[in-house]
Amino acid sequence: MKKDIVLGGVGGQGILTIAAIIGTAALLEGHYLKQSEVHGMSQRGGDVQSHLRISSKPIASDLIAEGKADMVISVEPMESLRYVNMLSKSDGWLITSMNPFTNIPDYPDLEDILHEIWKLPRYITINAEKTAKEAGSIKAANIVVLGASAPFIGLKYESLEQAIRNIFSKKGEDIINLNLKALKLGFDYAKTQR
Amino acid sequence: MSKLLLLGDEAIAQGAIDAGLSGVFAYPGTPSTEITEYIQASKEAQSLGVKSEWSTNEKTAMETGIGMSYAGKKAMVCMKHVGLNVAADAFMNSAITGTNGGLVVVSADDPSMHSSQNEQDSRYYGKFALIPILEPSNQQEAYDMAYYGLQLSEGFGTPVMIRITTRLAHSRSGVERKKQLPQNKLHLPNDSKQFILLPVIARKRYSGLLGKQSAFETDGETSGFNQYIDGEDKSIGVIACGLTYNYLMENYADGKMPFPVLKIGQYPVPSKLVNKLYEAVDEILVLEEGAPIVEELLRGLLNNGKKIRGRMDGSLPRAGELNPNHVAKALGLELEKGFEIPSVIKGRPPVLCDGCPHIDSFEALNEAMLPYGKGHVFSDIGCYTLSALKPLESIDSCVDMGASITMAVGAAESGLSPSVAVIGDSTFTHSGMTGLLDAVIKKVSITVIILDNSTVGMTGGQPSAALGRIEQICKGLGVEENHIRVVKPLRRRHEENLKVYKEEIGYNGVSVIIPRRECVQTLAKRMKLKHAEKRQQKALETK
Repeated sequence: MKKDIVLGGVGGQGILTIAAIIGTAALLEGHYLKQSEVHGMSQRGGDVQSHLRISSKPIASDLIAEGKADMVISVEPMESLRYVNMLSKSDGWLITSMNPFTNIPDYPDLEDILHEIWKLPRYITINAEKTAKEAGSIKAANIVVLGASAPFIGLKYESLEQAIRNIFSKKGEDIINLNLKALKLGFDYAKTQR
Repeated sequence: MSKLLLLGDEAIAQGAIDAGLSGVFAYPGTPSTEITEYIQASKEAQSLGVKSEWSTNEKTAMETGIGMSYAGKKAMVCMKHVGLNVAADAFMNSAITGTNGGLVVVSADDPSMHSSQNEQDSRYYGKFALIPILEPSNQQEAYDMAYYGLQLSEGFGTPVMIRITTRLAHSRSGVERKKQLPQNKLHLPNDSKQFILLPVIARKRYSGLLGKQSAFETDGETSGFNQYIDGEDKSIGVIACGLTYNYLMENYADGKMPFPVLKIGQYPVPSKLVNKLYEAVDEILVLEEGAPIVEELLRGLLNNGKKIRGRMDGSLPRAGELNPNHVAKALGLELEKGFEIPSVIKGRPPVLCDGCPHIDSFEALNEAMLPYGKGHVFSDIGCYTLSALKPLESIDSCVDMGASITMAVGAAESGLSPSVAVIGDSTFTHSGMTGLLDAVIKKVSITVIILDNSTVGMTGGQPSAALGRIEQICKGLGVEENHIRVVKPLRRRHEENLKVYKEEIGYNGVSVIIPRRECVQTLAKRMKLKHAEKRQQKALETK
């Protein structure tokens, strides 16, 4: 088992939470893990990325090599395209939210962005905010995207659920259930799309 | 023992705690901040009484570390690479005084300048000071080196540097712990003159340090951090320093490396092992993060030996951090390509947060400066440096911690009027106070705007040493009381604040404006915590 995942988004959108959940699930299944994060200046509303690598064998590099990522998971459509150079041409999947985060004056037309994403051979685009609202809170949009990625990660769905329970344990049962629901809605959507 | 999932920074922290650390001294700076934060949050460190309050700047941190070492206890001092410039005086001389308790200096470099003003390589400093340097390749080594480093320092009676770079500092992986060592008891140095660097003593200490150099190198042959790994194909040999070893091995997924490799994790550069590699192979490729220090050493000025490849001959980029693809290219391996990045993508630079008090401060400043035109505003290091970008475009400089005030003084001395400095609260106590004293003494006409968001914002909201002290400090330094003006940066107060800005910028003398409103990030964090506590309270009551 080996999965190299590039996570993308804008500072504050919760990509490190996605990384933490996948990482925890990977550890629950006894895998090796390397996960690089972004701290400092770029966290202030700029583009952020994290490299997450899980494998049943020891992992060398903290960074994923270009063209070798199995997945790009993004909580923002334009940000998902920023990392397509990392994606494996032969079997890489791109999973992204369709909801733009427009904190720059020259943000392109969403149609142009989606047009580029839909040119890729393997992708899932999901209205994560709408789905998160259905689950109970727009704040769970990142977990919806994680759910939509779940069929491709190579970890058991139950491990991801357990990881959510572990990570949100201090926040109470309501928040855990909200996130589990968001995960499920994203997961179900992806299954209809693949 | 079970494995912990730790950032490289956190692994250093845990390694030091387990080696019997008594205190960590630091000023926040990306990518070093999480070392100290981990120790502050560690229940274990708390129960062991490990000191971990932030210092006012890197120099005070370094000197405090030397003081703890003097008193016989193990100390660690942490900073980002440019912080070592601030601490350099104390750092260089600590190599001469030597240590009593173990002393480890961690410098976290930021190649590619993700969050920095330059990408200087701290290994130069270690070499400059003639002390051993440890450079981890992974999280486990980061732990092991902190653990070993404190003992190495104590054994040699010399400070030891750990050099880490952004990628490892902020990457998480499993780490296995070692047995917890006890802290040292308070004990003064055997030689009571050791720490008195009068020339007559310093000369003796310096010759002692020079005498230890070959022992430092020998230690690197047995510590396990420098490894010669033979390979069958001798057409090329690879020297891989620190985490570049991972980028090399990433290209050989089966773990079978065809070429001989010298993995370097401890300096001085192990000359015996370098010689062994040089004799065995046709040419050498040097992989190192930061500056081509080892490569330059091997080449020499004459460059008349075997071919040495690396950052200097274009095999690798001269600047910026390396990655597995760079290494693959240098080794002539086939590169995999991903999809082409479409041109529709736009850059997304970092921006000040919504509701950030700095925005209101700069809007007032921009308007107050309109009659004078561009080029009058010197600024500093912090979130507010982002005001250089659109839409604010308020500031004209950002050089080093504290330089806003002193540059404004220099420009005023040249006749620039008005001359304005914009500095954050924590940057002001870090390195701005002495500059303000200069301004008062030189009787120049400058206005210093101290943006008080009551935290060290850029690095994640650490407590600011300036909290509740700024007016008193300014007064104490000699700024006239009626020209120390506090305003609250809010949009609805724009007009009244603007009036204050205009008055003080027009004043012929040293004036200070303190726009004071808490950082929205720390405020939100505080409110969240308060909310959670209330909820807990309620839950308890209903039970």
